[in-house]
Amino acid sequence: MPAINPKQVSMSKQQPAERARNFKEVALGYTKEEAILEAKRCLGCKKPFCVEGCPVSVDIPQFIASVMEGDFNGALQIIKSKNSLPGVCGRVCPQEDQCEKVCILGRKNEPVSIGRLERAVADFGKIGIPVKRETNGIKVAVVGAGPAGLTIAGDLAGMGYQVTVFEALHKPGGVLVYGIPEFRLPKIIVEQEVEYIKTLGVELKLDQLIGRTFTLDELKKYGYRAIFVASGAGFPKFMNIPGENLNGVYSANEFLTRVNLMKAYCFPEYDTPIKAAKKVAVVGGGNVAMDSARTALRLGAEKVYNVYRRSRKEMPARLEEVENAIEEGIAMEFLVNPLRIMDDGNGWVKGLECIRMELGACDESGRCRPIPLKSSEFILEVDQVIMAIGTSANPLISATTPDLKTNKWGYLEADENTGQTAKEGVFAGGDIVTGSATVISAMGAARKSAQAIDQYLKKLK
Amino acid sequence: MPKIIKRKQLAPKIVHIDIQAPDVARTVQPGQFVILRLHEQGERIPLTVADFSRQAGTISIIFQEVGKTTIDLGAMKEQDNIHNLLGPLGQPTHIAKLGTVVCVGGGVGTASMHPITRAFKEAGNKVISIIGGRNKEFIIWEKEIGAISDQLIITTDDGSYGVKGLVTKPLEEMIRRQEKIDLVVAIGPVIMMKAVSHLTKSCGIKTMVSLNPIMLDGTGMCGVCRVSVNNETKFACFHGPDFDGHLVDFDLLMKRLGTYKTEEKISIEKCERCENASH
Ligand SMILES: Cc1cc2nc3c(=O)[nH]c(=O)nc-3n(C[C@H](O)[C@H](O)[C@H](O)COP(=O)(O)OP(=O)(O)OC[C@H]3O[C@@H](n4cnc5c(N)ncnc54)[C@H](O)[C@@H]3O)c2cc1C
Ligand SMILES: Cc1cc2nc3c(=O)[nH]c(=O)nc-3n(C[C@H](O)[C@H](O)[C@H](O)COP(=O)(O)OP(=O)(O)OC[C@H]3O[C@@H](n4cnc5c(N)ncnc54)[C@H](O)[C@@H]3O)c2cc1C
Ligand code: SF4
Ligand code: SF4
Ligand code: FES
Repeated sequence: MPAINPKQVSMSKQQPAERARNFKEVALGYTKEEAILEAKRCLGCKKPFCVEGCPVSVDIPQFIASVMEGDFNGALQIIKSKNSLPGVCGRVCPQEDQCEKVCILGRKNEPVSIGRLERAVADFGKIGIPVKRETNGIKVAVVGAGPAGLTIAGDLAGMGYQVTVFEALHKPGGVLVYGIPEFRLPKIIVEQEVEYIKTLGVELKLDQLIGRTFTLDELKKYGYRAIFVASGAGFPKFMNIPGENLNGVYSANEFLTRVNLMKAYCFPEYDTPIKAAKKVAVVGGGNVAMDSARTALRLGAEKVYNVYRRSRKEMPARLEEVENAIEEGIAMEFLVNPLRIMDDGNGWVKGLECIRMELGACDESGRCRPIPLKSSEFILEVDQVIMAIGTSANPLISATTPDLKTNKWGYLEADENTGQTAKEGVFAGGDIVTGSATVISAMGAARKSAQAIDQYLKKLK
Repeated sequence: MPKIIKRKQLAPKIVHIDIQAPDVARTVQPGQFVILRLHEQGERIPLTVADFSRQAGTISIIFQEVGKTTIDLGAMKEQDNIHNLLGPLGQPTHIAKLGTVVCVGGGVGTASMHPITRAFKEAGNKVISIIGGRNKEFIIWEKEIGAISDQLIITTDDGSYGVKGLVTKPLEEMIRRQEKIDLVVAIGPVIMMKAVSHLTKSCGIKTMVSLNPIMLDGTGMCGVCRVSVNNETKFACFHGPDFDGHLVDFDLLMKRLGTYKTEEKISIEKCERCENASH
């Protein structure tokens, strides 16, 4: 057996200078040959640590073995039995914190590039149209068509339940369609995954805001025997600093929704406008901040600053995306915190006053508290500010359902293993329970809940 | 898809449509609104539910053609479908028996006020309505508002009908006569709501306004609709659209409404271009 290449097969990307001005996907993916080559690095461990690192326990060595043989269809079948959105996860999972973090190869060399392989499988593999199961006539409602809602809908339909998904927006996909930009996750991939779930017999009802159009109690009255709430954590936070309501200040959700869901980058072909600014400051250090900064660049900004109050090491964003952002020319302002947004006199942004920070005492997890450095204030001259400092739970559903319980942050209380909430017949999972997390953890919660709902409904009968 | 089943021109550039929308008609309350989108490239815009029939499953929308989307909507005919319609949105107006309620409506705001006026009347209040427009032609829903009010006062800027002057004039007179007023509701252009709130603040008459900032999703997800009330930031689509007029920062609202002035012009130009091209 030849020695294993210590390095991953690299994946081609659009060149930074070019891609920073278009919305096309940055990462081009492996060719079949590259995928097979990378697959050959896998040791096919008997006790694969990588599987433990995956929140939905994808059978990684097995699917990689199929790739090794060039059998992408077979590989897809294996992944799909655990993960209904491989095309999405292969692209956006923070693999360095999950499956790849614990891959045995990673101890001495680079781990197997599981994410890229998963993406290649989704890109090249095909599986037959699923046979639609005859429904057992038991109605289940799912609130929200993000990754958690789509996953559980597919799972329950596969078990024979008659599933209806209620989605507030005019397009299904949740954050995958309104938040994560085209250049990281082409919308066609989300559409394909949604179509697949529809062929399983899932009914999608768009433009339905649960809590307003129907309350959870009304859904029960209309015969939905179980309900899964997967409404995400989409309530944007602001810093409560002066100037935050000036024209030119966006929440990341607004900025990204205009561009992704409403296609404002095609204005005026599309009716929704967006302000393209010359100099932009994005506040935050997560994926949302990276996405906003890179989107601003693609809208034509000359200079984009990313303002983050801790250092690079603490950034919660995916490693790959931070690297991409830096390559594209985003100016990283680490250890900097905004103090106020300055008015140009006509109600528009003209600058962001900031203060430099240093890291103080650290907690057990190693996260250190940033503290302001005296008299280090300075001004970033910008004409747009995007706040990407996080989101919280939209309180609509809990406010209109008195017998649901929430924790002190407003997230729904639900059993970790089943998703069971305080209300009979109502389950919940994804960001609405955990707060903003990851696509795959939302899907993992949905998976578990599908089993629990099945058991619950069987007991009812 | 929600279908337009009736279309009626009420005044120049002011159109009334009835839409088949049973899900919305079933639960909508006074003060709530919908968000609609007309086609795949379309924008999402908010419009107040001006009336509804739970039995027929219909809602009425009265709108003014001010830009691309409202002009497109105005050009739609009976039997046409609305691409997307989401609602009801926003908190329902808080209705209670208070005594005397004065409902002030300006322009299309008159129609938005209609279900609120009716609800206050049904709750047992004495309702005095003041509705205003530029001239006689722009007075809408006189009959409908008259039917649910104990007293109806009409104003026109040019005096072509009713009292000459702004809606604040008869209100000011009532205040001067020290008539007992327990609540004022004002819905219309921002400048009008600001003027009414200014007037009532000086004499401590509680005033409720319905704010109309730019919106996108209408569910609390984007924060574009933020307004400042009592120096606190609120999302109008979620916490409102009704707020205490004495606490609202109207100047901020006006500024924020101007965010996309340049783009709105581009949209309109493009719209006229495509209209000309197709004729
Ligand atoms: C910009 C951005 C980038 C991200 N990047 C990554 C990444 O690279 N990798 C990663 O793993 N994670 C990433 N995340 C996080 C990830 O997207 C979320 O954790 C995940 O989408 C959560 O899934 P969910 O199904 O719980 O909720 P969501 O995806 O938020 O979906 C919730 C859905 O419910 C709908 N809804 C809400 N309220 C109601 C209601 N009352 N009635 C009906 N429908 C309702 C919403 O419209 C939405 O469609 C990112 C998030 C953002 C915002
Ligand atoms: C909760 C709510 C309820 C509303 N109810 C009604 C209603 O019942 N009838 C009605 O005619 N209008 C109503 N509006 C206003 C309506 O949404 C706007 O007129 C519409 O969005 C304009 O879209 P457009 O593409 O036609 O014009 P645009 O090109 O977007 O704008 C053209 C002009 O209209 C002004 N404008 C833009 N948005 C608004 C706004 N939100 N409010 C006021 N002026 C605006 C702009 O400053 C500009 O001068 C409501 C707004 C809100 C927030
Ligand atoms: S789903 Fe995500 S964590 Fe699981 S194997 Fe795939 S890339 Fe890794
Ligand atoms: S731990 Fe790494 S080498 Fe072992 S099976 Fe998993 S991917 Fe392959
Ligand atoms: S319109 Fe988006 S939060 Fe109100």
